[in-house]
Amino acid sequence: MTDSLNQLGKLAAAGVIDRRTFMKQAAAMGASVALSGAVLSKAAMAAEPVTGGLLKMGSSGGESTNSLDPATSSSAVPFLNGHQWGDLLVDIADDGSVENRLAEEYGSSADAKTWTFKIRKGVEFHNGKTLTPDDVIATLERHSGEDTKSGALGVMRGIDTMKVDGDNVVIGLKNANADLPFLMADYHLVIQPNGGKDQPDAGIGTGPYKMMVNEPGVRHGYEKNTNDWKSGRGFAEQVEILVINDDTARVAALQSGQVHMIERVPPKIVELVKRIPNVEIKSAPGRGHYVFIMHANTAPFDNKDLRLALKYGINRQEMVDKILFGYGSIGNDMPINAAYPLFSDDIEQRQYDPDKAAFHFKKSGHSGSVVLRTADGSFPGAVDASQLFQQSLSQAGIELEVKREPNDGYWSEVWNKQPFCTSYWGGRPTQDQMYSTAYLSSADWNDTRFFNEGFDKMLLAAKGELDTAKRKQIYRDMGTLVRDDGGLICPMFNDWVEGVSNKVGGWAVNSNQTMMNGQALSRCWLNA
Amino acid sequence: MFSRIPVSALLGMFVTSLFLFAAVFAPWIAPYPLTEIVGGVWEPASSQFWLGTDNLGRDLLSRMIYGARTTIFIASMATLLSFTLGSVLGLTAAVIGGWFDQLLSRFVDLLMSIPTLIFALVVLSVLPANLITLILVMGILDSTRVYRLARSVAVDINVMDFVETAKLRGEGRMWIVFREILPNALSPLVAELGLRFIFQVLFLSALSFLGLGIQPPEADWGGMVKENKDGIIFGIPAALIPAAAISILAIAVNLIADWVLNRTTDLKGGRSGH
Amino acid sequence: MPYLLILVAQRLALGALLLLAVSALIFIGTEILPGDVAQSILGQSATPEALANLRRDLGLEDPPHKRYFSWLWGLLHGDLGTALTNGVDIASSISKRLYNTMFLASVAAVIAVPLALLLGMIAVRFRNRWPDKLISGTTLGFISLPEFFIGYLLIYFVAVKLGWFPSVATVYDSMNFSERLAAVALPAATLTLVVLAHMMRMTRAAILNVMQSAYIETAELKGLSSFKVIFRHAFPNAIAPIINVVMLNLAYLVVGVVVVEVIFVFPGMGQYLVDHVAKRDVPVVQACGLIFAGFYIVLNMLADIIAIISNPRLRHPK
Repeated sequence: MTDSLNQLGKLAAAGVIDRRTFMKQAAAMGASVALSGAVLSKAAMAAEPVTGGLLKMGSSGGESTNSLDPATSSSAVPFLNGHQWGDLLVDIADDGSVENRLAEEYGSSADAKTWTFKIRKGVEFHNGKTLTPDDVIATLERHSGEDTKSGALGVMRGIDTMKVDGDNVVIGLKNANADLPFLMADYHLVIQPNGGKDQPDAGIGTGPYKMMVNEPGVRHGYEKNTNDWKSGRGFAEQVEILVINDDTARVAALQSGQVHMIERVPPKIVELVKRIPNVEIKSAPGRGHYVFIMHANTAPFDNKDLRLALKYGINRQEMVDKILFGYGSIGNDMPINAAYPLFSDDIEQRQYDPDKAAFHFKKSGHSGSVVLRTADGSFPGAVDASQLFQQSLSQAGIELEVKREPNDGYWSEVWNKQPFCTSYWGGRPTQDQMYSTAYLSSADWNDTRFFNEGFDKMLLAAKGELDTAKRKQIYRDMGTLVRDDGGLICPMFNDWVEGVSNKVGGWAVNSNQTMMNGQALSRCWLNA
Repeated sequence: MFSRIPVSALLGMFVTSLFLFAAVFAPWIAPYPLTEIVGGVWEPASSQFWLGTDNLGRDLLSRMIYGARTTIFIASMATLLSFTLGSVLGLTAAVIGGWFDQLLSRFVDLLMSIPTLIFALVVLSVLPANLITLILVMGILDSTRVYRLARSVAVDINVMDFVETAKLRGEGRMWIVFREILPNALSPLVAELGLRFIFQVLFLSALSFLGLGIQPPEADWGGMVKENKDGIIFGIPAALIPAAAISILAIAVNLIADWVLNRTTDLKGGRSGH
Repeated sequence: MPYLLILVAQRLALGALLLLAVSALIFIGTEILPGDVAQSILGQSATPEALANLRRDLGLEDPPHKRYFSWLWGLLHGDLGTALTNGVDIASSISKRLYNTMFLASVAAVIAVPLALLLGMIAVRFRNRWPDKLISGTTLGFISLPEFFIGYLLIYFVAVKLGWFPSVATVYDSMNFSERLAAVALPAATLTLVVLAHMMRMTRAAILNVMQSAYIETAELKGLSSFKVIFRHAFPNAIAPIINVVMLNLAYLVVGVVVVEVIFVFPGMGQYLVDHVAKRDVPVVQACGLIFAGFYIVLNMLADIIAIISNPRLRHPK
């Protein structure tokens, strides 16, 4: 299989077949998403990098309120910024595994409770200061201390002790966690001099590019870091991130050559964009998913039959076709898909079944309509998707009332407050992290109000379970539990869909985050 | 009588009544229900779907017909409110003058000064998001503009000889406002009316995206342009047709306004325009 | 004309009071709105502890009136403070944006206002003939299209197909005047098309309204050419409604162009305000609100004063 897969990869890299065709055929050969992605990026790397030039990206998700402090970054542009001027301890590789950055190597004790990260030597920050393990500790402290305001606080909570031991940083955990390195790849945890305690928004790090212009909500300009510790990145002399929030404006900027790559092409117009000469569509299957969430402890959604009625009453394939235009895959009412490690693909796929929906609806004893709250900002196409849901439910005789809420204040007032609303999840690198974030009884963002003691116990057991097969089985049981009992209706997982000019070389597929996991500007180059 | 109406005004009336007809009889003339998904996304026009389908695969013609209903109804109500409120207060302020005028005018300054976004969001969080709130918000915000215009025209007229004469005659304020000033202020107001109506049509779609007013799957024309806006530069009919409909309505309404304008200027005596 | 001076002084004093009222209303408004800046900054990644810490750091635990008065105190000392969201100095970031907004608005106004008046007069001159109908039809067509629609059309045809001007109107500090002009060409064209019809229609209607007066007839009998009559005799007497509509549109060019800013990626005040309202960044919202309110107050005052000057009977009240 590997030979033909490699052959296929070369064809894809040369542009003979497109990436989607490649992924489909590779899947037909039985290759996992991660493996095919790796093959593809290896084939693409074969082309010779070109140095110099000004590489420009147009991105949505930037506001004039953005700060360079990685602790408070929560949208696309701050995330991308962090990956230009900074580095993490470890990051997620193209194949979904953990790869070293400022940590040269890492390892754990047998019980997965103590983790040791060896910090790279001879790395200099942009301000000339040399990186030390103390900087790393200070960074972790800033994101986990009593008075932190970091978005990474959630992932840092399991840490009990931190100390410097020679070149190493040693982290002691409260409970065993085999996935700790994945947690260290959280994009907030950019290593800063003295942890950024002195000036968190200085934009000083060890990254491939030095911050030159910082106009929040407008543009961010960078110059190559000539003293970069890492080879194989930072080809362009200068890079720039232009904030272009409007979809049509972003596509037009790419089309007219004002930028070389754009983040997020709306799936609806992908087919039309493909007709534009000199522009290619790149897509990567992701872990992000668009969801309808019910509070499983709030009437009427505390009734399992009503939840099942709604789950059977959604037409997942239609959503993928009409909201994602095929750039995505159908969900199975759990937050996990094939892009996650240790995924079991033998859990039965729930299908649209108006009869079953009507049956469960009748059994639930609920009468009248069900109110769903949504906003355009809750996920791209949310209001449209809600109307599709309304239509498919009406086939089962269930009346759904769609209430459009303002984008403004949606995340503070509707999401995680109202019992039934639309939302999205960006996904996490591991199943453990995803479940701990939103499905554990005590999770801050338990936005489906899923309280299940058995589930909590399984999650804890899986954390410390080092036997992969057993761990996979536990995750399978947990997934099934959420699928059948939980308040999550997950119709689809969205792909990352990006537009790239054919002047750009070095594109690779990385499913973890948008724009090659934030590395598009540093790993791509401009062909002369 | 019809022979005296110019062709352009007849055309305007014909188009406007066509739209009104569609609005009133929507359920009977629309080929498909408003919400039903009948085909693929953005299908081109065909014998089955005369105007093609929209961004979810619903029949565009049917949605246009139902959309005429919401669009024309809400925009008319809001325009009516803003004109009654704005012109009555504006004319009265000009005639009474003094502290009354000052108070009202500065209050209007205040209303205009508060950014619409904040105004709409606060209203939304305090009042229920229904049709009445929507019309009130649209009408009141717009009436500030009408007030400024009406007052400025009336201030000019208020010092003219015939008004002075009327005051000396001992006519009441209401007489002065409605019998002396209003007829002479009518033509700028009528011209403004035609445009205000269109501004309301456009304003409606902006507000419904703030979550105020029209709820999906209902639709207004402006909202339909927005729903399909990704398709504009690719010439997708679902994006262009609602926009064209707004333009046609705008031109039709203003053709009628022009005719009324001619008549009011003619009525004032002097000479006949043509 | 001491009467006018007294009037201006009076209006300015009232204007200051109005600004105070506006700032209080905006403050109360943002307090009523659900959510606060801490929650908005952290968004989906907000944990209760992080929220509490951020609130403490930003001084949000003080009661609202205390925050308002300390903001007012700072303002009276010429200090707009720093943005709560990213700690940027408000005065410096706002001045850049304000300059951009003013630049774009001026370019659009310099083209649109004279053009609208001229077209209006042409329409009167050829009233009910084809030039009138052509002008009315075209401008009405544009005014009834949503702003983004006109913007997209210009982007597609002028920027993408013809490549004459950039579709991304980002302006850099290093740009000289003509480069800046080229950068704002498309947004300025969009705005011009949006505001043209309103001013043109009012010019037409207001002039037609005075064309019936006896003195116009006298002027025509004197044998003056019809354009001269319109420009010299009718227009000055029709100015009150026209100037009001012009001022409304100028205010729109400064205050209401957020959609055009978004489409053309233009760093102006509109998007700046919207971003900070969304994040409940009160000091920035206050600063923007005051500037916008100041514009309305000054423009409305100007409109009233010009109307008074243009009318001899108002200029010398009995």
